[in-house]
Amino acid sequence: MLNDLKDFLLNDFFVTGDPLILGSQVAIALSIVAIVFVLTYFKKWKWLWTEWLTTVDHKRIGIMYIIASLLMLFRGGVDALLMRVQLAAPQLEFLHADHYNQIFTTHGVIMILFMAMPLMFGLFNIVLPLQIGARDVAYPFLNALSFWLFFWGAMLFNVSFVIGGSPDTGWLAYPPLSGLQLSPGVGQDFYIWGIQISGIGSLATGINFVATILKMRAPGMKLMDMPMFAWSVLASCVTIMFAFPILTVTLFLLFLDRYLGAHFFTLDAGGNPMMYINLIWMWGHPEVYIVILPAFGIFSEVVSTFARKKLFGYKSMVFALMSISVASFFTWAHHFFTMGSGANVNAFFAITTMIIAIPTGVKVFNWLFTMFRGRITFSTPMLWTIAFIPCFVIGGMTGVLLSVAPADFQFHNSYFLIAHFHQVLIGGVVFGYFAGLYYWWPKLFGFKLHEGLGKWAFWFWNIGFYVCFMPQYVLGLMGMTRRFNEYDFDMGWQPLNIVSTVGAFLMGIAFIFQVWQIAHSIKFLKKEKTGDAWDGRTLEWSIPSPPPVYNFARLPQVSGRDPWWEEKQRIARGEQPSPLPPLEPIHMPKNSGIPFIMSFFWFVAGFGFVWDWKWMIIPGLAGVVICMLIRSFSYDTDYYISVEEIERTEAKLRGAY
Amino acid sequence: MLMAALLSGCTDKVIVLDPKGPIGEAQKDLIYLSTILCLIVIVPVLLLTAWVVWRYRDKPGRKAAYKPEWEHNTKLEIIWWTIPILIIIALGTVTVKYTYALEPSKPIESEKEPVTIQVTSLDWKWLFKYPDEGIATVNYVNIPEDVPIRFQLTSETAMNSFWIPQLGGQIYTMSGMAMTLYLQADEPGTYYGSGANFTGEHFAKMTFDVNAMPQEEYDEWVKQAKASGNPLTEEGYEQLKIPGTTGTHTFSSFPKGLFEKVVNQYAVGGSAHRHHGAAPGGESESRKEDAGAKGEHAHTPAASPSPSGGSHHAGH
Repeated sequence: MLNDLKDFLLNDFFVTGDPLILGSQVAIALSIVAIVFVLTYFKKWKWLWTEWLTTVDHKRIGIMYIIASLLMLFRGGVDALLMRVQLAAPQLEFLHADHYNQIFTTHGVIMILFMAMPLMFGLFNIVLPLQIGARDVAYPFLNALSFWLFFWGAMLFNVSFVIGGSPDTGWLAYPPLSGLQLSPGVGQDFYIWGIQISGIGSLATGINFVATILKMRAPGMKLMDMPMFAWSVLASCVTIMFAFPILTVTLFLLFLDRYLGAHFFTLDAGGNPMMYINLIWMWGHPEVYIVILPAFGIFSEVVSTFARKKLFGYKSMVFALMSISVASFFTWAHHFFTMGSGANVNAFFAITTMIIAIPTGVKVFNWLFTMFRGRITFSTPMLWTIAFIPCFVIGGMTGVLLSVAPADFQFHNSYFLIAHFHQVLIGGVVFGYFAGLYYWWPKLFGFKLHEGLGKWAFWFWNIGFYVCFMPQYVLGLMGMTRRFNEYDFDMGWQPLNIVSTVGAFLMGIAFIFQVWQIAHSIKFLKKEKTGDAWDGRTLEWSIPSPPPVYNFARLPQVSGRDPWWEEKQRIARGEQPSPLPPLEPIHMPKNSGIPFIMSFFWFVAGFGFVWDWKWMIIPGLAGVVICMLIRSFSYDTDYYISVEEIERTEAKLRGAY
Repeated sequence: MLMAALLSGCTDKVIVLDPKGPIGEAQKDLIYLSTILCLIVIVPVLLLTAWVVWRYRDKPGRKAAYKPEWEHNTKLEIIWWTIPILIIIALGTVTVKYTYALEPSKPIESEKEPVTIQVTSLDWKWLFKYPDEGIATVNYVNIPEDVPIRFQLTSETAMNSFWIPQLGGQIYTMSGMAMTLYLQADEPGTYYGSGANFTGEHFAKMTFDVNAMPQEEYDEWVKQAKASGNPLTEEGYEQLKIPGTTGTHTFSSFPKGLFEKVVNQYAVGGSAHRHHGAAPGGESESRKEDAGAKGEHAHTPAASPSPSGGSHHAGH
């Protein structure tokens, strides 16, 4: 009995036998001990619980999203560097095939779902309510629940690294490879439940922000007066609402196949793997637009602020955003032109894919003409934006090349494709979110990040990017296919692979610069006291940094676009600021531990499903249900901030001016 | 940057741009054509970006105009909605034309009769069967030059993708389906082929050589293969199915209808189909194996006419 247990723990439960993983296990254990020690020593447990784990404040939730996503960026980045080392020379035996397969799978899943998505949600949370003059999102409790579902889902996925083994069938896990017969291990189950749990959170966030935008705008703010970032959030969240249910259902069907022996995606008994591939891309393609659209919004804000000029072609921009959001649902089959759908289908999806290039191109022109006759300053957010344009234009062009269906027969699954999607995801999404992070950082924390170190990071990222990915286009044309863990000497792939690896490490150095930059800026804290760090244009810059819990002491009255800029112009012209209405008590949501606890029960249930431990599944699911019931019957969920307290807070925050 | 990359691509290692057959040739032309069409738009955009950023940078004593309120111009916006639309119409037209012309299941026009080769992807090896010649190979394929080859493709396991860059684009191999891909080599040579879609642990080992040779040489090779006295038996195929890698093999014959059997094994009422419930006991101890979807355990190797065949090409 004891021997059985030992056998299970060493052979199945813990991943053993690999020094890299052993090292990580030790590191993880040490980090946990260190964190527990620090929290106990400084008596911070209560603070952690009341200020952070139970918070429903959108700003704090946003900060937690961003911290989590930067950690995931680190993890996914280490995965990438390991892969690049393995590919630096032919027949290298740095990583075994099965280990390599796990790493590219987790790299993809983590970067898209646990890095890009939470970084995006973090920016939504921090910026959107402030931009539209709201005091929180429409459903603050749900917002906290979304975050914790993401968090515990991500934990469940990441734990597979040291417990049970990681998934190894690629980031979209095509059956039959991801089916039980060809992937009998638990890695694939970690994949299903990790993504499933966090995916529910993503869907809820989508609904939450659509409701917030439609119902919570400041008095007088018409939809066509919203900042472009708010429009991009709307476009992204509407896409989430339609795309994520597809993911949930698809993963659930895959779960049924694996857990109950159903046959949705196996050929036996009338199932079909092609159904999975269609479904997963019906989510997967919109997914990449979900993450890129907010980046477009960020660029629009940054360009306008740092060119000190109104955004050019607002209506065109709105139309372009919304049409991309709709069109993204009609292109999915371009991911499998080579699966024999026939000429009619391929022609249709080639055309729909190309059509997306039109609104995207229009946006580029509008950004250029925002800068045209502007007065451009080159702070870090603007640098990222300017670097984005050529990068995304080239990445977009190779995307159009891939959409040419008969040519795609030669590009598909090759490094040409790898280079393309990294170019649009790094050059578009990552550059965009970095621009946003640098831009709104002072709003978030009340101090700017060190510009000099930021510029070092910027150049390392950019040069590293081109050194890493330009060779991969050529490697694709040399016949190198994705997911190869080794290649032969005679293919002539080595020189370019070495260049590519060097580029990857340059980006790694860039990340170190960013960590240094953050640490340095915290240490030599230079308080940013105006609340308006960049001479901004939109409402978030009209309040102190960091904003008080209620954001706006008085809800702003808005007429027209760029309300804060217009207000500043009026004051500069010597006009009287509009008279302030009297303060009123502010209605706010109360903190709640239920989102954290309920999501933890999801984690427990998910872990139980992964190992098929009913003794764990049942209490896990029961915990979820009980949390729902408790929440449904609790009526003491809100409170009022009194006028005196608002006055005190405002005096303290604004007195510092 | 990309231009430079493409231009530097004129070496013989950039095999996609160095095609040796009509399909690859047409695809290369299409790649060049679509690249040029795209460059017509993006080169001016890149230049414009550089100019705007330089011209309107903020510095003391700058002479460039500054119009902070200028936010709309219908004419300009119509222009840049129109330009991409026109380019996409042009590119779309070309694409649709080529999509029909290069549909992989469309026979290549030739005076010569096509040679049929049946391709099965296994874990982790390729099986090629020549139904008309009655021979089979593993991990290499010989073809006559200047003759259209009709590849029929399926998979015994996860889906792979059959790609010979210098002859033309890839097509997936999928279990339960037979796909068709016409390719042709215009000159003799050895061409690189690979499985382009991930299929698990040793997927990177699934590369193979395609040897295109003059008709006489090819005929001679077929004759030798037939005379080699090394048949692929039913049993041998079962051995071959076991996950693992292997070198190259040549078989003098293979079980009749093997390809069709592999393709049809999942069809309701198909010859080899049985439910997983019939899996023999003892083999499946955990739920994972018990729910095994394809019912592979249910296959009992059919009585083999030649018991000696399958020993040396088992998976390692």
